[in-house]
Amino acid sequence: MSSVWPRIEPLLAKVQKPARYIGCEDGMQTPSHAPDQVAWLLVYPDTYEIGLPNQGLQILYEILNERDGTAAERAYAPWTDMEAQMRAARVPLFSVDTHRPAGEFDLVAFNLSAELVFTNLLNCLDLAGIPVRAAERGPEHPLVVAGGHCTFNPEPLADFVDLFAIGDGEEVVSDITEVVRQWKASGRTPGSRQGVLRELSHVPGVYVPSMYDVAYDGDRLIAVTPKYADVPERVEKRTIADLGAWPYPRQQLVPMTEVVHDRLNVEIFRGCTRGCRFCQAGMITRPVRERPADQVRTMVSEGLKRTGYDEVSLTSLSSADYSAIESTVTGIINDPMCGGQVGVSLPSLRVDAYTVGIASEIAKVRRTGLTFAPEAGTWRMRQVINKLISEDDLYGAVQSAFSQGWNRVKLYFLTGLPTENDEDTLGIADLARRCVSVGKEFAGNRVTVATSVGGFVPKPQTPFQWFGQNTSVELQRKINLLRDATRKDKGVALKWHDPKATLAEGIASRGDRRIGAVIEDVWRNGGTFQEWSEHFNLSLWEDAMARHGLSIDWYVHRHRTEDEILPWDHVSAGLHKDFLWMDWLDALNESGIPDCRWTPCYDCGACTGYGIEHVVASNRPPAGGSQGTGQDLSRGGDVPVVILSGRPA
Amino acid sequence: MRARLRYTKLGKIRFTSHRDLARMWERAFRRINLPLAYSQGFSPRPKVSFGLALPTGHESVAEYLDVDLDPDKAAGTDIDLLPARLTPALPVGVDVLAAAALDDHAPSLQHEVTSCTWEIVCHPGSAGELTELVARALAAESLVVTRERKGQEVTDDLRPALLSVDVLGPVEGGVLLTAELATQPRGVRPAELLRALAPGLEEISARRTHQWIQRDGARDEPLVLDAPDAPHALLVERVS
Ligand code: SF4
Repeated sequence: MSSVWPRIEPLLAKVQKPARYIGCEDGMQTPSHAPDQVAWLLVYPDTYEIGLPNQGLQILYEILNERDGTAAERAYAPWTDMEAQMRAARVPLFSVDTHRPAGEFDLVAFNLSAELVFTNLLNCLDLAGIPVRAAERGPEHPLVVAGGHCTFNPEPLADFVDLFAIGDGEEVVSDITEVVRQWKASGRTPGSRQGVLRELSHVPGVYVPSMYDVAYDGDRLIAVTPKYADVPERVEKRTIADLGAWPYPRQQLVPMTEVVHDRLNVEIFRGCTRGCRFCQAGMITRPVRERPADQVRTMVSEGLKRTGYDEVSLTSLSSADYSAIESTVTGIINDPMCGGQVGVSLPSLRVDAYTVGIASEIAKVRRTGLTFAPEAGTWRMRQVINKLISEDDLYGAVQSAFSQGWNRVKLYFLTGLPTENDEDTLGIADLARRCVSVGKEFAGNRVTVATSVGGFVPKPQTPFQWFGQNTSVELQRKINLLRDATRKDKGVALKWHDPKATLAEGIASRGDRRIGAVIEDVWRNGGTFQEWSEHFNLSLWEDAMARHGLSIDWYVHRHRTEDEILPWDHVSAGLHKDFLWMDWLDALNESGIPDCRWTPCYDCGACTGYGIEHVVASNRPPAGGSQGTGQDLSRGGDVPVVILSGRPA
Repeated sequence: MRARLRYTKLGKIRFTSHRDLARMWERAFRRINLPLAYSQGFSPRPKVSFGLALPTGHESVAEYLDVDLDPDKAAGTDIDLLPARLTPALPVGVDVLAAAALDDHAPSLQHEVTSCTWEIVCHPGSAGELTELVARALAAESLVVTRERKGQEVTDDLRPALLSVDVLGPVEGGVLLTAELATQPRGVRPAELLRALAPGLEEISARRTHQWIQRDGARDEPLVLDAPDAPHALLVERVS
């Protein structure tokens, strides 16, 4: 293998932000490559600024490089100006670590955290000189792998990806490596590709789409069946039982140029059982696995010392739910080593006054923005989506924020939710307006309530997977309602997500294998970087659907039925389909269910199916407010954790 | 208490921007626990002032910065040890060559520095052709160039800014020139010099080798390197 750096160097004078392509991060590894080593290229198919901080990718990068006989490097999608230079100079996609061509690695593995990057995956393969269609690859080509949240519906990419790694990646990458090592040792002979893929399909958590036949009856999918008896009918996700056994990244990469989340990031727990019905991340990462508090403290203090960062983010899906959140936060800001200069950020704040109390402790060092996500405008709607934030929670949080010196808060909402009527939509405007008047008492006319509204895309493996997505016309109508309703409200700053992009995301999210041709078509017509508004182009998607005779209405806007086989049914996040269906019916009945960390188990399947359980430091819910559960938890108190055989009535 | 540092920017790291470099330095100071003085206010920032920005993509063995230390905590800080402490906390290619304590009221680098010396590799053309172009340019009374500034075309006479230009001979990739270009009233970039010599002359690489302060008829560097054979000279070789 050889470095292509001398051929990259002259291109860098001609592109924007050349530091995207140099690597040089603190923490970067420069593995040596040898024929008996298995080499992974980990690719984030978006820009360096978005991809570098990705924790999943960094964790696997370290784990693989620590293993004997294994090397891992990283690559990111080159921006369009660099792509043009690379194509003109015939420079292939390269790793940023030692600037090796992607095609020289044994595995090229993509992290997929958003559907609109799918076309970038194809573009990266093409830039690497790898045939985009899996069927056209030979033994000389790398195996193409994909992991990440989007792979819980792998079907739209089934034609392009050789194998999917479903669920937590920490353990499965080693299993895959060993199978590939054997393949390498056997010489990667002609025809051996099928053999190694069949072997890989036996690895738990690995889905090899070419090992399955798909049958349709007209529009309807009627069966996805393994081609061979030794290939599993259903692929169960991998789950690590104990986050404390995986204290990664130990050497977080410190980039030399500005990226998003440019700070130390320490994952304090994985999984979330709040049970928000729209939230795919929460559903597919169950159960809750907390990192032991002393390990968090060590990772924070060592990380700060090593990196020189002055800000740490305690990451998870809902960080205020961490059982040791208060002591962890105060420990960091009062650490004499940090000299009172270290800022803490808690992404995804819970909506209540207790949480704002923690935030204002943090603000003594550095004041950061406050963002709350009530997600819906009325209590009825919030029961439908199971985001059980009461108005008291919200106004308590906002009052607490304004009284403690904030002049601006951000609120996140979704529109186009199941059963949403105009009253619910307009409820968003009411809430925002009332937050402004709460704030006026403290901050007068300087109050801003930044209100952002996104169109809802139903996601696979959630109770809303059966729901027909709103059309972009309907979403635009709702946004217009809100715009008109808040026009005269100084203090409410309304922002919204482009409903057209919501539509394209809908096509890719719940598609079956037939959508692969559409993705390829969009890519062939220049549709890369589709999550970037300057490059997004809905007509590429609409034209491609039409060309392949596929109906947007059928794929996106249609309600699915109970008996329907869903394209992702043979991939399992552990959740029983009947649990999801019952939860969907509960949603339609406007009935919420509390968090199973502190109430009896519903047997959704995520723990019971895999013989694992929540790992929380305390079975006592954190005190204060309803904690967004809709329960009165103000007293705290022990809640027995028991597994019930069925669902509570 | 203020310290001035001289450092390099060589190799791959030259593709980072001036802003990127500022963040790199802040992290390095924190990593070695240097007691910095912070600005007052809502979000306190360390007081670091950088000299003339080095254009992204150019190398240098003569970059400078001034940093204010917290007078209450910095008493025990040995300035002479800073190069050895800081270099390992900085990326490969950024090496600290010298450090000195500075008078708190010393004028800023931006104000003091009057010119820079550059080594520029350009292409195409032979050494002989380049020598001719340079001679012609230096003989001219004025060299009017147009450039874009905030979306507007402005014209400038570059001739007074060309303090010296010499052709050193052919090297890999082109012909090596060395040029001293004025930084007052504005810093002239190597690419502008090449454009003034001949349209189509392409800059292959550029490295700043000196910054100069013209004072009372004498020409000094903001920090002098003690000895040309000091260990850091080897560092420069390693990464270049
Ligand atoms: S199996 Fe029970 S305890 Fe585990 S996540 Fe599902 S409902 Fe909660």
